[in-house]
Amino acid sequence: MSIKGEEFRPQIVAFCCNWCSYAGADLAGSSRLAYPADVKIIRVPCSCRVNPMFILRAFEKGADGVIICGCHPGDCHYSTGNYYARRRMTLLFSMLDYVGIERGRTRVEWVSAAEGVKFSQTMNEFVETIRGLGKNVRLGDLRCKK
Amino acid sequence: MQEIISRLEELFAEGKINRVLGWKKGDLPYNPEPAYFESAEALKDFVYDGFCGANLSKYFIQGSAFEGVTAILLKPCDTYSFNQLIKEHRVDREKAYIIGVGCKGKLNVEAIKAMGIKGITDIKGAEIDGDCKELTVETLYGDKIVAYKDAMLERCHVCKGKEHMVYDELLLESADTLDGDRFAGVEAIEAMSPEEKFEFFRKELSKCIRCNACRNVCPACSCRKCVFDSNKFDSEQKANVDPFNESMFHIIRAFHVAGRCTDCGECSRVCPQGIPLHLFNRKFIKDINEYYGDFIAGENAEEKGPLTNFTLDDMEASERR
Repeated sequence: MSIKGEEFRPQIVAFCCNWCSYAGADLAGSSRLAYPADVKIIRVPCSCRVNPMFILRAFEKGADGVIICGCHPGDCHYSTGNYYARRRMTLLFSMLDYVGIERGRTRVEWVSAAEGVKFSQTMNEFVETIRGLGKNVRLGDLRCKK
Repeated sequence: MQEIISRLEELFAEGKINRVLGWKKGDLPYNPEPAYFESAEALKDFVYDGFCGANLSKYFIQGSAFEGVTAILLKPCDTYSFNQLIKEHRVDREKAYIIGVGCKGKLNVEAIKAMGIKGITDIKGAEIDGDCKELTVETLYGDKIVAYKDAMLERCHVCKGKEHMVYDELLLESADTLDGDRFAGVEAIEAMSPEEKFEFFRKELSKCIRCNACRNVCPACSCRKCVFDSNKFDSEQKANVDPFNESMFHIIRAFHVAGRCTDCGECSRVCPQGIPLHLFNRKFIKDINEYYGDFIAGENAEEKGPLTNFTLDDMEASERR
């Protein structure tokens, strides 16, 4: 619930793989590229470490958007992890569409360790999309909220 | 049915099998239950009729631990699940003597009750030897005639076919029951707006009482330790559950069997609340077929499943329809 006059600040969870995207975020930081502080990064060993449950759990606990970042297909540190992640996430997001969750709240993006600019651009874009969609009311624990 | 019993007695006499995994009479005329028969004498309780919808494949995980050979009776659609369990090394094929039994569509007593028929005392016409066209439902208020097709389980209307995928011998005739489009239900939901979809699933899933029957019956759900039994997942009781928790349970349950689900329809059959759970599984099956090529889980015991496989040029998540 936003106080009058205060603009909506979404809560965004970004799962970043240790080898590419997390390093990409690091590069964005050390290159002094700005991206919104609403993005909370969780470092995972590989994009395929992301269990579908993590994503649903993040939403349940109040996230407004979830983005998964990994190495570009073909560049995975573990050779094939992101290929499996790609199939899983496609199916999971398709299922979320199916149960009526707005489409823009989930995203997969491939960011390499050298793409600090892409990382900051992606996050800026994603935060804008979520601002447009507004607060996540369909997911999450509704019991103790007004 | 007598044909099956005499054949089983023969197998017992020849010493080929040590026990049978089949169905026995339940306490009501319409609820036969899965059972092990240890001897030819025990077969007097054996039954196989239109109400034997239960898929026995999963029981064979336990059956694989027994000594000797167990004869297992499988309907055509059950053999897909059995194949899938062989592929996952959950059952021991060597210990199974698979008798593929014919199927003329399986019945759902809830469908009969939904027609407003109350006080059922007996149901005639569900015998597998009959022509399975008409049921005579004897009630406290007189007899009622019901068409066999109208009382069938949803899954039989979209039958995968009457061919057994794995068997040692075949018994009894089958009859074709396919008369619906398997993905029609999924497509109808896909055509709705996000608000309608959300409302639809809220309405259906709020009925869930978290009895876990769908999980326990599913032949693809065979983990020794289930994620939903963890106390870290705080929805093991209905009282703890918030609205999204229910959806989460069903999404995760379907996701865990995605690519392995044979669409046997057991989840929807056992749900005491009548939630159409197959809609989740079929959505995954439909997506997999569309995005990664047609795949029928359990068709054989060798092919890699779609989620344990990949190609270099799979579509991106953002390209989904």
